Amino acid sequence: MVNHLSELKQASKGIHIEGLRKRYGEGDTAVDALKDVNMIVAPGEVVGLVGPSGSGKSTLLKCLGAVIEPSAGRMILGDQVIYNNGWQIKDLRALRRDKIGFVFQAPYLIPFLDVTDNVALLPMLAGHPNAESRQRALALLEALDVAHRAKAMPSQLSGGEQQRVSIARALVNRPPVILADEPTAPLDSERALAVIRILNQMALQYQTAIIVVTHDEKIIPTFKRIYHIRDGKTHEEAGEGRAFE
Amino acid sequence: MISLAGRDIMHAWGKFVFTGVGLGLLIGVTLTMAGVYRGMVDDAKALLDNSGADLWVVQKDTLGPYAESSSLYDDTYRSLLSISGVARAANITYLTMQVREGGRDVRAMVVGVVSGGPGQPGQPSYLISGRQITRGHYEAVADIASGFNLGQSIQIRRNHYTVVGLTRRMVSSGGDPMVFIPLKDAQEAQFLKDNDAIVQQRRRTAENPAFNRPNVPGLLNQVIASQSTNTFVNAILVQIKPGFSAEEVAEPIRHWKRLQVYTRTQMESILVGKLIATSAKQIAMFLVILAVVSAAIVAFIIYTLTMGKIREIAVLKLIGTKNRTIAGMIMQQALGLGVIGFVVGKVAATFWAPIFPKYVLLVPGDAILGFLAVMLICVLASLLAIRAALKVDPAEAIGG
Repeated sequence: MVNHLSELKQASKGIHIEGLRKRYGEGDTAVDALKDVNMIVAPGEVVGLVGPSGSGKSTLLKCLGAVIEPSAGRMILGDQVIYNNGWQIKDLRALRRDKIGFVFQAPYLIPFLDVTDNVALLPMLAGHPNAESRQRALALLEALDVAHRAKAMPSQLSGGEQQRVSIARALVNRPPVILADEPTAPLDSERALAVIRILNQMALQYQTAIIVVTHDEKIIPTFKRIYHIRDGKTHEEAGEGRAFE
Repeated sequence: MISLAGRDIMHAWGKFVFTGVGLGLLIGVTLTMAGVYRGMVDDAKALLDNSGADLWVVQKDTLGPYAESSSLYDDTYRSLLSISGVARAANITYLTMQVREGGRDVRAMVVGVVSGGPGQPGQPSYLISGRQITRGHYEAVADIASGFNLGQSIQIRRNHYTVVGLTRRMVSSGGDPMVFIPLKDAQEAQFLKDNDAIVQQRRRTAENPAFNRPNVPGLLNQVIASQSTNTFVNAILVQIKPGFSAEEVAEPIRHWKRLQVYTRTQMESILVGKLIATSAKQIAMFLVILAVVSAAIVAFIIYTLTMGKIREIAVLKLIGTKNRTIAGMIMQQALGLGVIGFVVGKVAATFWAPIFPKYVLLVPGDAILGFLAVMLICVLASLLAIRAALKVDPAEAIGG
């Protein structure tokens, strides 16, 4: 397990975005959802992405997650240029599987798989043997303190446990970046802060860059750096980094 | 790689099993319908097998004796015995009618046979209890499906018969149990009118001056006597000698006796191709409708199950699951449902087939074909759900 964890740390190299734009529609009806997005998130760093509704947060997340194609700009993931005014990678599905981790507002665990297989599914999809995938999953579950629920079904877990399992799932393929979409929205203050603490620990432990999209006032002060997005443009500012000083 | 479909089925096994049982009962009905058709064909073949005949000699230009009425003089068989290649020939009559036992009526095919031992054309080929008909009158051998027992007295027209033997699988092409009685009694039963009708006929004959001539004493009695006897049979069953082909013996009978002769193959095609053809089409229509209904049900169930997992499918797509894996999951679930349904259907059909009043023959070949058809239907039915699943946008998992 120790070897596996050190391997995870070496794998991640952060995300770098330059002049990212996204336009919906054409001609008079065209809407620029993203006009000029610039972000750098280093390995081991957790940044907040905040902004009012309709500011372009979800569009940015979908572009970063290779779910929709940006209109222009450049994205570098780890040491690989994935977008440069066009996708540089053919298999976006494999990109999402191997290079990007997702943590959702609700955990969205697969209800018919137990905790271990929910986490192990990603390496299995990538073609790793079942035993190795489960070993990886168990290592992460242990690191996230949910190994004792490894055989439980998602419906038997508490909200906090489910979210920790979804974090394990996001980390299991050693991605350079994790995109967390309102991961604390359904949780109370204590559990929300616990989740952010875990994300920070994992980011440091596995040298993964984590972008947390949030509206949650109680967790915003925990970020050391925050990207505000307004009218499709990002503005960087320093955060308080309160909980982890 | 783990089986997502298998895990989903295990997770919601109750839903799957109950749905599979529902589908299985429908498949059971489908298999039973096929069994009903097979049973009809088998009944027809059993009828031919049990007659023990190689050739059926019937009235010219008729399809008798099973598909059309046919009348032959009961002494015609003598002339057939002289034809080269004929080993045995025996008269036979068939009449479907109500047979009374105690207070109940049983619909049966009454067969008039020449008394004799087994091997004689027309005789029941084997008995499960009792003995063959040995007397010339008032003895009967009944199929066990009639519900009659040995020693019981049954009534055909106005005469009473004692059941002396029981046989099995001796049924008409319509599935009615056979009751064998002596030929003379059967001829009388076919012809016999009620008392009022006999009195009326005698009165009319007596009033006819052509039959009631004062200067020809005894003429009227002779005419009435001739009107009261039946010298017709429905067919002559012929067995041929070894070394002769059926067609070789049939041809001179057709040519010289000007009678219709059918070989086993021809008689089978009449029974299967003409007598039960409409029923077969009816059943085929049912089979088609049941197949369509089964497909619609599987499609609906799989579509509903898939639509219930849209969010999970979006997540699976977002985290990089291939379309092939998602399609495979849905198709495997449809096939799993089909397998459960088929097993339930096969077991159900096997259990309820003997309860049917007519013979239901479940053939392994039909079961294999049915299984393949169910699998094909499940594959086709899953396509709609697969199409819907593949159209799910992975962005749905992110929201916004």
